[in-house]
Amino acid sequence: MKFAVIVFPGSNCDVDMYHAAKDELGEDAEYVWHDETSLDGYDAILLPGGFSFGDYLRTGAIARFSPVMSEVIKAAKAGKPVLGVCNGFQVLLEAGLLPGAMRRNESLKFICRPVGLKVENNNTMFSSAYEQGEVIQIPVAHGEGNYYCDEETMASLKQNNQIVFTYHGTNPNGSIEDIAGIVNEQGNVLGMMPHPERAVDTLLGGADGLKLFKSIVKQWRESHAVKA
Amino acid sequence: MRLKLEPSPEQIKTEKIYQQMGVSDEEFARIEEILGRLPNYTEIGVFSVMWSEHCSYKNSKPVLKKFPVTGDRVLQGPGEGAGIVDIGDEQAVVFKIESHNHPSAIEPYQGAATGVGGIIRDVFSMGARPIALLNSLRFGELQSARGKYLFEEVVAGIAGYGNCIGIPTVGGEVQFDPCYEGNPLVNAMCVGIIDHKDIKKGQAHGVGNTVMYAGAKTGRDGIHGATFASEELTEQSEEKRPAVQVGDPFMEKLLLEACLEVVQNDALVGIQDMGAAGLTSSAAEMASKAGSGIEMNLDLVPQRETGMTPYEMMLSESQERMLMVVQKGREQEIVDLFEKYGLEAVAVGHVTDDKMLRLIHQGEVVAEMPADALAEDAPVYYKESREPEYFREYQEMKPETPAVDNFEETLLQLLEQPTVASKEWIYDQYDYMVRTNTVVAPGSDAAVVRIRGTEKALAMTTDCNSRYIYLDPETGGKIAVAEAARNIVCSGGEPLAITDCLNFGNPEKPEIFWQLEKAADGMSAACRAFNSPVISGNVSLYNETNGTAIYPTPVIGMVGLVQHIDHTTTQQFKESGDLIYLLGETKEEFGGSELQKLVYGKIFGKAPAIDLEVESKRQNQILDAIRAGLVSSAHDIAEGGTGIALAESVIGSDGLGADVELEGEAAAALFSESQSRFILSVKPEHQAAFEAATDAVLIGKVTDAPVLRISVEGKKVVELAADRMKNAWKGAIPCLLN
Repeated sequence: MKFAVIVFPGSNCDVDMYHAAKDELGEDAEYVWHDETSLDGYDAILLPGGFSFGDYLRTGAIARFSPVMSEVIKAAKAGKPVLGVCNGFQVLLEAGLLPGAMRRNESLKFICRPVGLKVENNNTMFSSAYEQGEVIQIPVAHGEGNYYCDEETMASLKQNNQIVFTYHGTNPNGSIEDIAGIVNEQGNVLGMMPHPERAVDTLLGGADGLKLFKSIVKQWRESHAVKA
Repeated sequence: MRLKLEPSPEQIKTEKIYQQMGVSDEEFARIEEILGRLPNYTEIGVFSVMWSEHCSYKNSKPVLKKFPVTGDRVLQGPGEGAGIVDIGDEQAVVFKIESHNHPSAIEPYQGAATGVGGIIRDVFSMGARPIALLNSLRFGELQSARGKYLFEEVVAGIAGYGNCIGIPTVGGEVQFDPCYEGNPLVNAMCVGIIDHKDIKKGQAHGVGNTVMYAGAKTGRDGIHGATFASEELTEQSEEKRPAVQVGDPFMEKLLLEACLEVVQNDALVGIQDMGAAGLTSSAAEMASKAGSGIEMNLDLVPQRETGMTPYEMMLSESQERMLMVVQKGREQEIVDLFEKYGLEAVAVGHVTDDKMLRLIHQGEVVAEMPADALAEDAPVYYKESREPEYFREYQEMKPETPAVDNFEETLLQLLEQPTVASKEWIYDQYDYMVRTNTVVAPGSDAAVVRIRGTEKALAMTTDCNSRYIYLDPETGGKIAVAEAARNIVCSGGEPLAITDCLNFGNPEKPEIFWQLEKAADGMSAACRAFNSPVISGNVSLYNETNGTAIYPTPVIGMVGLVQHIDHTTTQQFKESGDLIYLLGETKEEFGGSELQKLVYGKIFGKAPAIDLEVESKRQNQILDAIRAGLVSSAHDIAEGGTGIALAESVIGSDGLGADVELEGEAAAALFSESQSRFILSVKPEHQAAFEAATDAVLIGKVTDAPVLRISVEGKKVVELAADRMKNAWKGAIPCLLN
């Protein structure tokens, strides 16, 4: 399986995504610079964290206009797994691939620490390796992770089981209904503020994020085995 | 038009305009002699920044000569952007610490942010990939609104820059004392990794080669920043806000990636960051170090504002800029490479053989000065040194043990002292994990960062207890280096080298210069004892507010090599049943201690004594024991003494406690700050091997119940729940800020 790690000017978790996929998962991964105009040949798209375009204007607001984004949207429509973490999540919101918007953390401060997450829906291509309701430890590191959406959107998120992860224990940023990560209606685009790619090696304090990547690979293998 | 606004060479001399730039009458005479004529406004401006203490080290050079700067593993000592030490496998570690005190006192967010930005550039301009940031901060005691504002904004500035550029801030230290109220210290350290073959230097070799400018455009910010950094802060300093630079970490991220790509291109001859004194110092130093000259056409310099004068361009400290020397004819390769990142790289001049720095503007030569006179041959002063009155008084004082009635209350109060308290409020705002190599995060003795693709890791720390140094600069200087080494060793690393940031008062006062000299003597002795030379550093003098100096604060940044990642050790107790050991003797030493400060509200007397041979022997024992796999946790005993060290090992553990028996006078047993002591925990099965390997004494064991129990001479003096200690320790700084 081949992962594309999209690199915008100012991305800085690209290296972590790459190593999670390549070293810990043992899959193929390549960096893709933001001005590429094709994502053919990649089986999954990873949008890493960081400060694309310096977070100028609004987080993710400029990155959404990068040439590669029309290809990301195409891949999403084609049903390929698209994972946006932190700034990647913000870009997915700006690109309209996921509903809702991001506000500054309630504390108005950047927060970096491991947090508890509850798996609200393990019936997605990103969470199938977790138990339903399982509590995992994944770090957050952001200044604007306070997810918000209107009531109508919230109702549909709930109805379609689109809420995949919620904060368990303390909500670090004040997000609505403790939301930490959501998928699109089709279930192939996941945006989340916590960093699963930072939790793939017990040496660094925990490997709870690895199952997320394994879920992606498992789903891909199964679907391709069927086709083959 | 422009020239009419600037004073003429004659006016500069007769009206002594140079004095406003910090140039003395003698220095002006010397400049006149060097040039063989009167300097014009641009030239005197260039001389004034290059001969400022900040750039020339003119007052501190004789002191810096004391430091050992060489060693088997040293690949680059002081003099370049950063020092370099070999770590085997054709790899090396690159690091440096630098101050941004004065800007942070006036404009704390940008002052701190650009301090971080500047030190990162120093590291990647050597060709190294920055892998970690640390800092060392000093503030007043968080009582005044201004003090809290400075603290909060400095932390936000460090976070803002480091988080955005994506280099983890993995460690640091903060201390609080009234002497820093008006003059906080903001020292930033950057650590990078490089392959030997990629090492680049800031040298302008090859006559005819092209001088290229890359990165952000030049604006009118930070003009005379280096001069501002070389004078005392006064009530008028607020007016110098325009001398503070403004940072753009996004621009620097692009510049970083572009530069690391450009160092792989053999068209690049030399590269240097435009830091203090911007274009002036980078050009003059690159030429001087290579024994060449540089001619630049200032019309070609990318400018952010219109109508900038040569004076403004040369003295601007706009951030995120680099100067490169590139092989003639291959400029386009460099232009293309930078363009990928949306950056400008522009040819602005060429290397000459006449050893002059020549500047052209609108077709005229507007400045022409010998490069060596600006850089290498700047004046050096041997300042008068005098032992201060206070030192003699303190030395004659009899040791005095502060009275303690209630040991539990005192322990809790000490945990609440901001210098001792948890720094979580701070590092919670730093991304300390990005790049996913941080093995030991902030909150233990030293941070540990693995080197991906190898079994090795780097331990890193910043340390300096300035109270001891104030009481006794020589002893305190030894302790500062020893403590840094202790932290490295307790984390499983072997000290490699240090970088230092010498923060002192006004060196023109003989008592201050004496502090500087003595501290350097102590540090040098300790560097030799631990085989850790000084490979880079920075001097920040004139740290005074309205005539009162800070405590002498030579901050030590140390990096150690963890040979195998498995040697990584932390301070927290690991398992119930583990045996707890104390290594080192406890004496009744309270000069400069947290307990003395708490009880008397001030510090006085003698600093704790230190024997470097004993220290070194104990550190070797611990490192050997760690490498042999005998040690579960290791923690040095520092501020607050054994009681605090034990509390910290309990608080950070996973719900464990400790039962400990100590000997001697109770206040000393718990709170003395005698040096060269350690708390270690060891699995019972390693008892015999550990006791054979070290001189440590068994004092108790780790327990299941999350309670710290301490008896002294058989009498129970402390029985505190871990949660109670944790709340005091973690709550202290947030509580002071609210």
